[in-house]
Amino acid sequence: MERIPILKLGRLLLVTIQVDMHDRLAMTLQDDLTTRIVKDKATGVLIDISALDIVDSFIGRMISHTAAMAKILDARTVLVGMQPAVAITLVELGLSLEGVATALNIERGLALLKRDEE
Amino acid sequence: MSAGPDGITHAPLVTDEDVVRLRKLVRDEMVALKFTLIEQTKMVTAASELARNTLRYGGGGRAELSVPMRAGVRGVCVSFIDQGPGIADIDLALTDGYTSGGGMGLGLSGAKRLADEFELDSAPGKGTTVTITKWKPF
Repeated sequence: MERIPILKLGRLLLVTIQVDMHDRLAMTLQDDLTTRIVKDKATGVLIDISALDIVDSFIGRMISHTAAMAKILDARTVLVGMQPAVAITLVELGLSLEGVATALNIERGLALLKRDEE
Repeated sequence: MSAGPDGITHAPLVTDEDVVRLRKLVRDEMVALKFTLIEQTKMVTAASELARNTLRYGGGGRAELSVPMRAGVRGVCVSFIDQGPGIADIDLALTDGYTSGGGMGLGLSGAKRLADEFELDSAPGKGTTVTITKWKPF
């Protein structure tokens, strides 16, 4: 089955979404991430969407839900790399991704998560 | 996928993968007509929402893509057609946050905001056709 790879970096999980995901693939990623948070005792999750040229309500919901599940499991989620056109479209669509921390790029996202660890 | 003799490109909407393929089809057409990146993104996102509705609520169907010309202005027009149960209360279906299927309820209303023109034709038992158009600004 097709899967998005999840990398482990110390106590952080890093996901770079590089394909245009269909809905089942997005749901698989949500399940995989939640499972890995517990298995790897992760304290933070970094989701890089810089390669995504759209985020629609389904993918937006998957990201929100993942962040909410991670929070319950004591891990913080940071979404990084959103393209400006995607941000403009998301707001017009009516999606605010409430409760999801964001950072401009991976570097800043990692800094945010590492600061939490200290 | 190439346009038929009537200038309309037909695309099936039966599987999750069809939705991804349709996104690419709409993107390619927007790029070919040199729409700005923001206009492309809005139209592809709207198409993605409506294609998913066709799949989830309409039980599958098809999309038709065309590039109409009006008063010297080019546009991209996509119709989403299903023979599903149809929509009983269209005003309610267009309300932000209303959903009949466990989604976020932003599909129809969001797509309407993202497109320049939005047309919804549906009745219970008669299926649903939603058409969106984006016109190229001068």
